[in-house]
Amino acid sequence: MSYLSIFIAAIFVNNIVLSQFLGICPFLGVSKKTSTALGMGLAVMFVMTLSSIVTYLIYHNFIIKYGLEFMTTVVFILVIASLVQIVEIILRKVSPALYQALGIFLPLITTNCAVLGIALLTVQKNMGLTQSIAYSLANAMGFTLAIVLFAGMRERLAKSKLPQALQGTPIALITAGLLSMAFMGFSGVGN
Amino acid sequence: MNKNISIENLTRGIIKENPTLVMLLGMCPTLGVSTSAENGLGMGLATLFVLILSNFGISVLKNLIPEGVRIPCYIIVIASFVTVIEMLMAAWFPALYKSLGIYIPLIVVNCIILGRAEAFASKNNAFQSVLDAIGMGIGFTLSLTVLGSIREILGAGSFFGISLFGEEAKTILLFIMPPGAFLALSFMIIMFNKIRGVK
Repeated sequence: MSYLSIFIAAIFVNNIVLSQFLGICPFLGVSKKTSTALGMGLAVMFVMTLSSIVTYLIYHNFIIKYGLEFMTTVVFILVIASLVQIVEIILRKVSPALYQALGIFLPLITTNCAVLGIALLTVQKNMGLTQSIAYSLANAMGFTLAIVLFAGMRERLAKSKLPQALQGTPIALITAGLLSMAFMGFSGVGN
Repeated sequence: MNKNISIENLTRGIIKENPTLVMLLGMCPTLGVSTSAENGLGMGLATLFVLILSNFGISVLKNLIPEGVRIPCYIIVIASFVTVIEMLMAAWFPALYKSLGIYIPLIVVNCIILGRAEAFASKNNAFQSVLDAIGMGIGFTLSLTVLGSIREILGAGSFFGISLFGEEAKTILLFIMPPGAFLALSFMIIMFNKIRGVK
């Protein structure tokens, strides 16, 4: 698989949110404003890429070496949770500006199933180190693209008049459905 | 009095605080695996078992777990039970295990389980926590099975794998594709709110 096709496949064809349904909670929860959506997207991009490197190293140097494959899920979720904590502490000291921008989103990422999902998928697909970095970066970009587009649509919707039954979640889900339909137009690209 | 509280804890999750349709927790598995009634039921039951075990485990351990590190501790308890369920499913239901795929290990990060651990099991005794888990689990299983059935009937023209309209029938393929998941769930929430009488 070439790197270009990894990126096109992950961002457009098999978008992580709109066709694989990972990371739906932040997608629906943090998408009322474009600026916060972008912040969430960047935080996910940062953590997902970092966690794919760390989980790759742990999986190949520790889990496989000692035959602990059945512990993969437990180890990965602990690694991701502690990684998020460490990133938060380091960011607060090193770059207060970036911490201000990403800070509130970082704790939410621990329970973002996209991060654990991608870490598990790279292991299942037997990817090498650079390949799994590219794969997680591409998926995180796909997540950012989807959540920013979605937030833009919701900003417009907030100003329009809606039937009472549709207000809130139902219209958000219909919007997501339409966005997902638009992304279906990419299917077949890159094969 | 005591009996009333037990019944209240047991039934709360089914309609009044239905985790999927009212509290909107656990959206990823809901949308991801509900392509057929069988997948929805399988996922719902797997989550139900993990929820019962983790609520029980956490309410038993709640006095031993230090306040400051409780969330990581809960996650370890939940992840261990998920691993157990994953191995049991791989052994007993290999076909279902294969079709649910990545979503089984992802039960760990299902917000319903951590949410109930934090909101209920950490404050109540083991018996009440198990009742709460059963109620929430049934609520989740029911909504997943109904959503799976709707999508399977409309999208594939079958119900639990049994063909309903014959081979020639034209079905609305969209509903077993990703956009159909969003649309079907949206209509389900609208209907559910109408039935509950929420304005």
